[in-house]
Amino acid sequence: MRRWSGHAGFVAAGAGLLVVAPMLLSDFRLGLLAKYLCFAIAAVGIDLAWGFGGMLTLGQGVFFGLGGYAMGMWLKLQDAGPGGLPDFMSYSGLEEVPWFWRPFSSGWVALSAAIVLPVALAVGLGFLIFRQRVRGASFAILTQALAAAFVILLVGQQRYTAGTNGLTNMKQLFGYDLDDPTNQRSLYVVVAVALGVVYLVARQLVKSRYGRLLVAVRDGEDRVRFLGYNPTKVKTLAFAVSAGMAGLAGALFVPVVGIMSPALLGVVPSLELLIGVAVGGRATLVGAVLGTILVNYAKTGLSEQFASGWLYLQGALFIAVVAFAPRGLAGLADLARRRRPSRAERPVVDLAQEPVTGPALEPAK
Amino acid sequence: MDIYVSQLFTGLSVGSILLLIALGLTFTFGQMGVINLAHGEFIMAGAYTAYVLGDHLTTQVSILVALPVAFVIAGAIGLVLERLLIRRLYSRPLDTLLVTWGVSLVLQQAARDIFGAPNVSVTSPSWLDGGLTVGSVTFPYSRLFILGLVVVAVGGIAFYQGRMSQGRRMRAVMQNRELAACSGIVTGRVDQLTFFIGSGLAGAAGVALTLLGPIGPSLGTAYVVDAFLVVVAGGVGQIRGAVIAAFALGILNAFVEYWTQASLAKVVVLVGVVAFLQVRPQGLVSLRTRTLA
Repeated sequence: MRRWSGHAGFVAAGAGLLVVAPMLLSDFRLGLLAKYLCFAIAAVGIDLAWGFGGMLTLGQGVFFGLGGYAMGMWLKLQDAGPGGLPDFMSYSGLEEVPWFWRPFSSGWVALSAAIVLPVALAVGLGFLIFRQRVRGASFAILTQALAAAFVILLVGQQRYTAGTNGLTNMKQLFGYDLDDPTNQRSLYVVVAVALGVVYLVARQLVKSRYGRLLVAVRDGEDRVRFLGYNPTKVKTLAFAVSAGMAGLAGALFVPVVGIMSPALLGVVPSLELLIGVAVGGRATLVGAVLGTILVNYAKTGLSEQFASGWLYLQGALFIAVVAFAPRGLAGLADLARRRRPSRAERPVVDLAQEPVTGPALEPAK
Repeated sequence: MDIYVSQLFTGLSVGSILLLIALGLTFTFGQMGVINLAHGEFIMAGAYTAYVLGDHLTTQVSILVALPVAFVIAGAIGLVLERLLIRRLYSRPLDTLLVTWGVSLVLQQAARDIFGAPNVSVTSPSWLDGGLTVGSVTFPYSRLFILGLVVVAVGGIAFYQGRMSQGRRMRAVMQNRELAACSGIVTGRVDQLTFFIGSGLAGAAGVALTLLGPIGPSLGTAYVVDAFLVVVAGGVGQIRGAVIAAFALGILNAFVEYWTQASLAKVVVLVGVVAFLQVRPQGLVSLRTRTLA
C-alpha cells in the first residue's frame, strides 16, 4: 500500500512540475522555478551526505561552482567561436585561450567534467579526511575553509576566471538561442527531468543496503567499524555522490540563469543550500526538495519587497527550525499524521560523533 | 634578507589576531563541543564598540578604554546567546553550528541597520603612528601593539587556567565533563564563564582590528573561517596548540603570498592543514584519553 502511495506521489509531483507548472506560470516565473529546481538537485545531494550520512558539508557551493564553471567555460568558448577568445579574456589582455580552458571547447568533455571534477575533488578530500577519522565539526570546518579558499582563488585569478563578475552573457547552448523563451521553457523541462532522475537515484541508494549502512555510520561510526565495514568508503561514496549532484545542479544553473560567479558559491551560498534541507526535514528526500523550493520562493518574494527583512527572517528561520524543529516540515507532517519517524529520520543520538567531549551531560543541579 | 624579516613579521601579526580569535573558539569547542559561527560577530561587536567610543572620548585614550569595554560587551552578548540558545543544543554539536549561523545573519543585519552598510574607520591614537625601524625594516607600532596585546591575553589565559581555581575547573570540565560534575563542579556555570571569556577575547580582537583598517558589518566572517582552521590544526581546547598553529598558519600565509599570489595562499594553507591532519588527525596538541578517536 505504502509502496504504491509513494509511486503515486512521485507521478503526481512529476505531472505537476512537467504539465501544470508550465501551463500556469509565466516565462519569468517558470525561469525562477527552474532555478529553484537546480538548487533542489543540490539539496538532494546535501541530504544524502548530511541527513543520511551525518556529514555536515559547508562547501557544497564549491562543487556547484565547479559544475557551473565547467558549463560556463564551454558556453563562453562556443560564443567566442573556434580560435576566438572569450570577451573578458581579451579585456584583461590575454593573447590566447589558456591550456586548462582548451578541453572545454568540446561540449561532451565540459558536460562530463561538470560532474567528474566535483566527484574527483570530493573523493580526494573526503578520503583524506575520513581516513583519519576527522569527523563531525572538524569536517564541517574543513569544507567551509574549502569554500572560502575557492572563492578567493576565483576572484584572484581574474584573467582566467573573470573574477568577481563571473561568467556572464552566454548566448547559445547546442546551437539553441538561450534568450529565446521557448528554449528556456524546454530547459525547464530538462531541469525538472534531471531532478526526477537525481531523486530516484538518491531514493534507490537510501533504500539499498548501502543506505542502511550510511545511516548506521552516521549514528555509530565505531560500531560499524567493529562490525567489519569500512566507514571511510561508505562516507566517501556519499560525499562524492552529493558532490556530483551539486556539480550537475551548477551545470544546469548556468544556462537557466545565465551567470556563474563567485558570489553564488562562497561560504554563505553554501550555507543557504542547507536551509532548504533543514526546513524540509533532513533525512527525507521529499522534504529536501520541497523545503528548498519553498525557501527559495520565500526568498524571492520577500527580498523583492524588503531586502533587509529577508535576512532577519532567514536567520530567524534557521534558528527556529534547527533548534526547535530539527526534523523540519517532515516532522510537523508526521505530528499531524501521528506517524512514527522511520529509522533514518529519527533524531540522531550521537554515540560517537565528538570523541573529546562525548555527549554532553546535564549540568548537576 | 630584509624582505624575509618583514614577511615573518607580517605572518606573526596576522597569526596574533587569528590567535586572539581562535582562543575563544577552541575553548567553546573543546569544552562544550560547540561550533560557534556567530563568533565573527563578537569581533564585529568589539570593533563597533571602539567606533562608538572613538566618537565620545579623545583619540589618545579611547582604544585603551575600548579594550575592556569591548571585552565585556562581546562577552555579554556571548553569554546571552549561550543562555538562550546554545545551552539547549549541547547534545547536538552540528546543529549549534547552523543555529549560530542564523544568529550571525541576524547580528550582521542588525549592525547594518544601526551603523549603516558602508565600512567605517576608527582614528587610531597618534602614539601608534609610525613604527620602529631596525636596520632597513620598519615594524609599525600598531602591529607591535596588537602583538603585545595578544601576549598579555594569552599569558592571562594561561595563568587563569594554570593557577586560578576557576580556571582549573574550566580545564577539568574540558578534560572530562562527567568526572568534573561528579567532583562537585557546577559544569553549567563553568560553561557560562568559558563562553563569556571566549566571546570577550573576540571583542578585544575586534578592537585590535580597528587599528589595521576600516571595519564593517561582515568584518568577522573572513577571520572566523581561518580561526577555525587554527582550532582544527592546533588541537581542540589547547592553548599551546592554538598558539603554534596560529603563528604557523599566519607565517605560512605570509610567505606563500610573497612567493606566489595572494589568491593562492588560502588554498595552500588549506592543503597544508589537510596534509597535516594526515600526520596528526587530532591536531597538534591533543588530550590523551581512552575515548575512541
